[in-house]
Amino acid sequence: MLDNLSLLFEFPPVALDVVLNGLLIGAIFALAAYGMALVWGVLNIVNVVQGELVVLGGYITFVAVQWGVPPLAGLPLSSAVMFCVGWLIYKAVIFRVVDRDIFISILATFGLSILIQQLANAVFGSDVRTVDADLGSIYFLDGMVTLSVVKLLAFVLALGAGAALWFFLGKARLGQAIRATAQNPRAARILGIDTDRVFAATYALNAALCGAAGSLAVMAWTIHPYLGLPYTIRSFMVVVVAGVGNVGAVIAAGLGLGALENVAGFVLGVEFQIAFVFALMVVILVWRSIRAARKRSYLE
Amino acid sequence: MSGDKGLQHIKDWHVLVALALLGLAGPLVLPSLITQIAFLWLMVTFAVTWDMLGGRMGYNSFGNIVFFGIGCYAAAVIQRDAGLPYFEGLALGIAAGAVVAVAAAALFGAALLGIRGHYFAIGTLGLSVAAAEIAAGWDYVGAGSGLALPLYPGALGERELFFAYALFGVAACCFLFCRWLYATRFGLALNAIRDDHDKADAMGLRTTPIKIFTWCISAFFLGISGALAANMIGFIDPRDVAFAGATFGVWMVLMAILGGKGTLWGPVLGAFVFHVTQELFWTWLLGWQRVALGLLIVVIVVFFPQGIMGWIAERRARRETA
Repeated sequence: MLDNLSLLFEFPPVALDVVLNGLLIGAIFALAAYGMALVWGVLNIVNVVQGELVVLGGYITFVAVQWGVPPLAGLPLSSAVMFCVGWLIYKAVIFRVVDRDIFISILATFGLSILIQQLANAVFGSDVRTVDADLGSIYFLDGMVTLSVVKLLAFVLALGAGAALWFFLGKARLGQAIRATAQNPRAARILGIDTDRVFAATYALNAALCGAAGSLAVMAWTIHPYLGLPYTIRSFMVVVVAGVGNVGAVIAAGLGLGALENVAGFVLGVEFQIAFVFALMVVILVWRSIRAARKRSYLE
Repeated sequence: MSGDKGLQHIKDWHVLVALALLGLAGPLVLPSLITQIAFLWLMVTFAVTWDMLGGRMGYNSFGNIVFFGIGCYAAAVIQRDAGLPYFEGLALGIAAGAVVAVAAAALFGAALLGIRGHYFAIGTLGLSVAAAEIAAGWDYVGAGSGLALPLYPGALGERELFFAYALFGVAACCFLFCRWLYATRFGLALNAIRDDHDKADAMGLRTTPIKIFTWCISAFFLGISGALAANMIGFIDPRDVAFAGATFGVWMVLMAILGGKGTLWGPVLGAFVFHVTQELFWTWLLGWQRVALGLLIVVIVVFFPQGIMGWIAERRARRETA
C-alpha cells in the first residue's frame, strides 16, 4: 500500500497517468450525476435506481454491438431506449411517490434498483461485460501515460451534454417549464404547465443521460449487474457536494471524484475501490452534518 | 399504544402465551421445521430492532445489518483464536459480538445520527456496503472466502435445537425489553424525536445521547444474534451472510413496514407473515426470488406503506366514525 503511494511521488508520469484516467472516468460520473440532480431538484426524489439505469444503458449498447451495430451508434441508441424506459418507470411507479414522504420514494426506488439489478443478472448473467470500441489509445511520455480514445470521447461528450443541458434548461420551452416546476409546482400548474408531463419528461431525460453514461462506461470500462449501487452512490455524492442547481459544479465534482477514486484504487488496491467510494460518501455526509451543527451553534 | 387498538379483543397476553408455546414446544413438536423456526426468531429480532430506530425514532436505517455482521465476525474471530473449548468459546464469542457491536453503534451513532432524513438513509446504506467490501478485502477475517466456525460437539440434531432455543431467547428478550422501554418516558422521548426533532431539542430532551443509546440497544441484540446465527449457519461469507445487505438488510426494513412500523406488534407480525410466505412460496420461484423481492418492496411501499397494523387501526377508526 505504502509502496504504491511512494511510487506516485517518485514517478510523476505514473501519477499523471492515474489522475488523468480518473478524470476521464469522472466524466461518466458527472453525466449520471446531472440526471440525479435534475430529478432531485424537480421531483424532490433521491433516485436510488440511478445506477441501475446506467448499467441498463451499458447492456443495451452491449446487446446492440452483438447484433452488429457499430459501438458508437450504441450511444444514441442506449439514450433513446433509456428515455422510453425512464418514461415507463415514471408512469408505473415514480408518479405515485412524487409528493409522498421522502423515505417512501427512497425505499420504492431502492426496490426498483433490486428489481432491475436482479433482472439484469437473470437475463445477462453475472459475467463482467465490455465492448471494444476499437478506437485505440494515445501514448505519450514514452508510453508511461496511456489514454484510450474512448475515455477522451466520453470526456468530451459529458462536457457537451452538460453544455446542452444548461442551454436546454435555460432556453427551451420544456426546459423553462422544468425549472418553473422545480421552483414551485403549484404556481406552475396555475400558469398552465402540465406538471405531470414535466415530471415524466424530467425523469425520462434523466434515464437518457444515464443511458449515455452506461454506454460510455461499457466501452471505456466494464459493466456487470451489481455495479448499479456504486453509480447511485457516486451520483448522490456528487450532487451532495455540488448542489442540485449548478451544472458546472456537478462537472467539477464528478471529475474530482473520478480522479480521487482512481488514486485511491491505485494506492489501496482495486479490491478496496468500491469500499472507498462508499466510505467517502459516509465521510462527506458526516462532515456536512458537523458543519451544519457548528453553524447552528453560532446562531445560538 | 394507539396503533394496536384494532386488536383489542385479542389481549396482549394471549399472543405472548401463544408465542412462548411456539418458541418452547415448537422445536420439539415440529422437528422437521426446526431450522425454519430458528430463522423465524432471527427475523423477529431483525424487525423489532429495526423498528426501534425506523418506526419509533424516525431514523430509517439501511445499515443495521452492519451490527449483525460485526457480531458474526467478532464471534468467529474469537472462536478461531481464543483456543477455548466449544461452549466457553461460544459464550466468549457472543459476549464479544455484543460488545463490539455496541461499541461500533456508539461510534457510528456519534458520527451519523446528526444526519437527518434521507441523508441518514443513504448514509447508512453506504455504511453497510462499505462494511461488506472492507470485510471482503481484509485477509485477517478471511477476505472474500469468509470464515468457517467450529463444529458443534453435541449429538446430531442437538445443534439445531440449541440454536433454535438460543435465538428464541434473544428474540423474546428483545421484544419484552422493547415492550417495557416504549412504555417509559424514554419511549415517549423517542416518539418526540420522530415527530418533531427540533421541538424535542427545544423541550430540553438530550436528543443526541438518546439516539446513540437507542442505536446501541439495537446493536446489542443484533450483535448477539449475529454471533448465534454465524454459529448456526456454520460459515460466514462477507456479502451473503454477515453483511447481506441485499437479503437480511432489506428484509429488516420490509418486515417492519409490512407489519406496521412504529407499532408494538407490527414488526413481529411482519416477520411472521414475511418469513412464512417466503418459506412457502420462495422455492417455486426458481432463481427469481430476488426479482420478486424487488417487486415486493415496490408494491408494499407504494400501495401499503401503513402496514398491517396501520391498516387495521385505519379500518377501526373508519368504523367508529361511520
